[in-house]
Order: sequence, then C-alpha cells, then structure tokens
Amino acid sequence: MDVGDPVVKLENVRKQYGSFIAVHQADFSIGRGEFFAMLGPSGCGKTTTLKMIAGFEQPTAGHVFLEGEDVSHTPPHKRNVNTVFQQYALFPHMSVFDNVAFGPRSKKLPEAEVKTRVAEMLDVVRLGEFAQRRPAQLSGGQQQRVALARALVNYPSALLLDEPLAALDLKLREAMQIELKRIQREVGITFVFVTHDQGEALTMSDRIAVMSEGRVEQVGAPVDIYARPETLFVAGFIGSANLLPGTIVSSDGAGTRVLLLDGTQVVVAAGNSASSAALSQGNQVTVMLRPEQVVLGAEGDMKVFVTDTVFQGSSVRVVGRTSNNTEVSAIVPAGSSVKAPSVGETVSMHWHVSAPYLLEGWPETAGSTTTNVDSIEAAL
Amino acid sequence: MVLVAIGIVALAAELITGALAVLLFGVMIASVVGIIWVAIMGGIETRRALAPYGLLKPGILWLSLFFLAPLWAMMEMSLSSKKSRFDFSPSFSWEWGNYSRALTDFGPQFGRSFLYAGIATILTLLIGYPLAYVIAFRGGKYRSLLLGLIAVPFFTSYLIRTLAWQNLLSDSGPVVSVLETMKLENLMEWLHIMDNGRLINTPAAVIGGLTYNFLPFMILPIYVSLEKIDTRLVDASMDLYTSATGAFRRVVLPMSLPGIFAGSLLVFIPAAGDFVNAKFLGSPQTTMIGSSIQDQFLVQLNYPLAAAMSFVLMAIITASVLVYAKFMGTEDLT
Repeated sequence: MDVGDPVVKLENVRKQYGSFIAVHQADFSIGRGEFFAMLGPSGCGKTTTLKMIAGFEQPTAGHVFLEGEDVSHTPPHKRNVNTVFQQYALFPHMSVFDNVAFGPRSKKLPEAEVKTRVAEMLDVVRLGEFAQRRPAQLSGGQQQRVALARALVNYPSALLLDEPLAALDLKLREAMQIELKRIQREVGITFVFVTHDQGEALTMSDRIAVMSEGRVEQVGAPVDIYARPETLFVAGFIGSANLLPGTIVSSDGAGTRVLLLDGTQVVVAAGNSASSAALSQGNQVTVMLRPEQVVLGAEGDMKVFVTDTVFQGSSVRVVGRTSNNTEVSAIVPAGSSVKAPSVGETVSMHWHVSAPYLLEGWPETAGSTTTNVDSIEAAL
Repeated sequence: MVLVAIGIVALAAELITGALAVLLFGVMIASVVGIIWVAIMGGIETRRALAPYGLLKPGILWLSLFFLAPLWAMMEMSLSSKKSRFDFSPSFSWEWGNYSRALTDFGPQFGRSFLYAGIATILTLLIGYPLAYVIAFRGGKYRSLLLGLIAVPFFTSYLIRTLAWQNLLSDSGPVVSVLETMKLENLMEWLHIMDNGRLINTPAAVIGGLTYNFLPFMILPIYVSLEKIDTRLVDASMDLYTSATGAFRRVVLPMSLPGIFAGSLLVFIPAAGDFVNAKFLGSPQTTMIGSSIQDQFLVQLNYPLAAAMSFVLMAIITASVLVYAKFMGTEDLT
C-alpha cells in the first residue's frame, strides 16, 4: 500500500500482550493531508494501533515511522503527533484558553505567540468567545472542539482521533462529521481516526483501513472497499450484503458460473472478484449481492418468500427467504414504478449482470448481514 | 429553626430565667411542633418546601445544644473574674484582662503549638502524599486493603499509641540503642533530633508523635482527590509534550490541591490544640498550648483564663485557616 508522501508508515507492526496478539501485522502508510480511518469492531486492534502511532504503546515487533523517522520507541511527548481522546480528556482545572495553550506552553513558546496561536485556533473551531470558560461549562460538542483545538494548535504531523464522535448524540454527530471535514480542509493536517461506525468512516475518510481481530483486512478508498471487498469480513461489515455460498461450476474469460446452495446458478462477470479468490472448478466461494442491486419481480430463477417489509422513508427494505431458508434482503426505492411486494408473496430475484461479486470461502452465516442480530452485535 | 437554636443557646446560657424562660421554651416547642403539623396537614407543595428545614432540624438542634451553648458559656467564662484563688464560680464582669494574660503569659506555648503543628503538617504532607499517590495509581486490586491498613492504628486508642511511642523512644528503648550501635548519635544531635543522647522529651519527639498520630488524616483526603483523577489526563498532557514530571506538576498536583487543603486542615487544627503528644513525649520546655489550657482548667482551676486561652487559640486557628484558604484559592477547588 504505497502513497506518494507518507506522514505515518507502519512496517509489519505487531503488538502482543502476553499470549494475546492485539495487532498481528499492520503494514500500511498514511499520506500527507489525508483523512484516514481505522475501522473495525471493538477489540479489533484499531485503538492499539492508534496508541502505537501516538506513543502510548510500543510495538512488540516492526516499526512505526513518522515523517520518515523511526519513532517505534520514542515516548509520546517527543513525537510530533497529537491525540483527540475519547471523552476528550480536557483538563478540568483549566480554562478553555489554558487547555489549548497547554501544548505550546510545554514547548516553551513565547507567551505572545502562544496567545495569537490559541486565539487563531479557537476561531478555527468557532469557540473564540468561550476562551475563559471551564470545560465543565461547555456542551459535549463544544468540549469536542476544544479537544480538537488543543491538539491542532501544535500543528502536528498527524492528528490522531480516538472515536471522537462516539460520545455525541446522532444529530450532533452528523453535524460534527461535516465540521471535522471543514476543519481538516482548513488546516490541511493529516487526520487519522478510529471508529467502529462504518457510516462515519465511509462519509468522512479519503481512505479506510478495515481491521478485524488484530488483522488489517483491507486498506482502500471507501468506494473500493464497498464495491470490491477483499474478504468476507469486509463484505459483511461495510454496508449490508447478501452473502450466498456456493461452488464454482466453471470459469472462463466470459465469467464464472457458481452453483448456489439453493440450487440456482449465478454467473459472475469476469474481473468481478476479490483478488484473493481462486477461480478453479469445485472451489467454495461466496457470491455477494448488495440489497440495492437486487430487483424483485416476475423474472429470475431465485424464488423468495417475503417475510417482512420495512418502510424506511426513501425506500422499502424487503426481507425474505430463499428455497433453502437463507434470509435475503432487497431495497426497493419508494415511489418507483416497481411496487414493493407484500408479506406472504413469493417473488423472483434478479439483478444486473455486473452486480454479483465473488469472494473466497463460505461465510459463517449465509444470507443477509443486516438481519442477523448476532453478527451486528458482535460488530459493535 | 435558627430562632429555635438561638433560644436554646439563650436558655442554656441562663441569659433568660424564670417565667420568661418557661414561656420561651413553650414557644420553641410550639414552633417545632408547628412545622411538623404544617407539614402533615399541608399539601405536597408545602411539604416539599419544608423538607429542607425538617432535614436540618436534628443537626441544628444537636449543634445548638452541644456546640453553640457551650461556646456561649465559655465566652461568658472568658470574660469573668475570680474573687479569690478558691472562687470556683467566677462571675461575668467584662474582664478583658484574661485575654491579655493569655497572650502575655503563654506566648511561647502559642508559638510552639503553631510551629510544631506547622512542621507536623508539612511532614505528614511529605510522607502522606507519595503514599496516597501510590495507593491511588498503583494500588490495583490491593487498594482497599492498603487503605484499610492506613486505618488500622485507629483500632487502638490514641493515648495508648502515644504511650507506646514513649516506650519506643525512651532512653533504654530500641530506637536509641539502634542509633547508638550505628554510631548515628552525632548526626542526630547535629540535626537537633537528639538532645544530649536523648530522644524522648525533645521537640523532635513531640513533632514526631504529632506527625505519626495525624498522618492518616492527611493520607485519606489526598487519596480521595487523587483517586478521582482520570489517568487519561496524564496521557493527554504527555501527548501535549510534557514529561512525566511535567504532567505531575501541571495536572496531577493542581487537581489534588483540594485534598492537600483538606488534609492540611485536618492535621494542623487538631495538632495545634493537641496536648497528649507534648505531655507524654515532651518536656516542660516543649509544652504546647493544649497542655497549658488543660493545666489551667483541670489543675489550676483557673476557668476564666483557660477559657480566654481557648478563644485566643480558636481565633488564631480561624485566622490562619482563612489566610491559607485565600492563598490556596479554594473557591476554584470546592
């Protein structure tokens, strides 16, 4: 994973606590000015990776480079990165101004410069008039912006954000996502942020590293990760997907023919497969279909018995079962010419020839990833 | 409520006597019963409005009976005069001479009390802070056990513990003999800890006793204030380019000031008025004001002078606490 001008570079980084391996082998770079997300369920190692970049943890093996310099074992106060902590960790005994001035004062900058820098940064986060308040007198969103200003005022090589929006409620979180993007554009500093919320990662980042159980599953732009997941985990974790297990019947230049477990055959267009998937006859593979790619109607081989319909405003989510009892879901745009079927009907499923996508192996649970409560809970 | 409290003080101090007292007592009972009655008969709103007074009642009654009333009586006593040395019921006569005598005759004792209490406060802080710090941040699962150990000495009486120290520090006791074997007497003499080969009956012994006896009162409030500090704040300050000592100086120490403040008061105030340590570990040259007051009250039976001395002690302590509070800027900390 090469980027032109890496600010942060992880080289085969591994972190082990006793016999527990928190991070297996992180190996990626983050480019200058990039908005980079580390995404994964809790316990996937994303926060540990962030802490190794910040200096609060040291890698068991491998190297962390910052601006080309090996900082693997440099303490946090000697690294030019700053962190926005979960729950912000603002100093409660200091005013907003003193909180933001903390870093510049540690660096022993002249007080006049500290003043102008802090004032400037408080303006960037639109908190100029709150300088003399205590953190406890501010709302959650304002505290969040103080934390941001306190880190950014040092002009770090990279700003690290640990679940920065998790403590905010939904409306505020959405507003802060836009605000964060604005601030990042304004200051032009590399942002590395950790989140378990895939929506947040997809909307905000330039690139995402998807992690699971200590492994980096895939690094790429949101569009690529959504459309061309490398592993079953990524396919299921990002967005929702129908994962249909089957076996390869034949494969040639025109495409790959897969026999699904319910007996239907699907043709996957050539090139529409994860790079890791081996396309030889008899291999166990999974066909991924995004719910919005599924069209319900009269044509198609795959019969679906509709068990539930959920109105979602701009669309209707239809949940049904295939002939071998695999749950699948489809999204029907509201107000389109196609009317959503009602519960109890049996309809056929079809899709555009370019829709099916092939992944190596079989999933733990076949079918729709959004209706499986266990897998969603495990991801939180 | 406040009026009832004043009434109790007035009655107890025999300011009001005879039929008037009976009447006043009746009015007070009626007002207490009245509040209860209004609360019972009134609606939820009335009850809610009266609830704070109801909750204050036991405390106010208790304090007026056992604190304000004796205080009043003591103040009256401090301004009374004795007709002769054997007059044991002095009468009130605006006798300000008691106060000037308290200050002139017992100046050295006052001075020593505040000096010893001050040194003991600093020593408890120097010993107690690191201890509280380790328990709060490094105690792990042993936290409660370690805190429990700090409280263990309280299972024995204060007097017994001080007497034990008398034994330990005595001329034939273990501490002196160890110092002698280690040839450390000269160093100890030079440090003014030992005096002519003796440990007991020196200022150092009195200060040591005070430090030992009041140490838990320093540790516990500091522990409470340290324990509340989120360790992520230390991470945050390290992230903002401070070293570990810088993080302590700029984040942990300022945030534990309320604990230091509370602990200092809890040690300094009782230490300044203490008479046990000076009596058992000291000599006539190390008498503290507490022992002098005790002596005037119980041995010399000069109640007016003893009362005046008590008030001077209270006044100085209150004044120094106020100055200390101002200096520590506690309005930010509470």
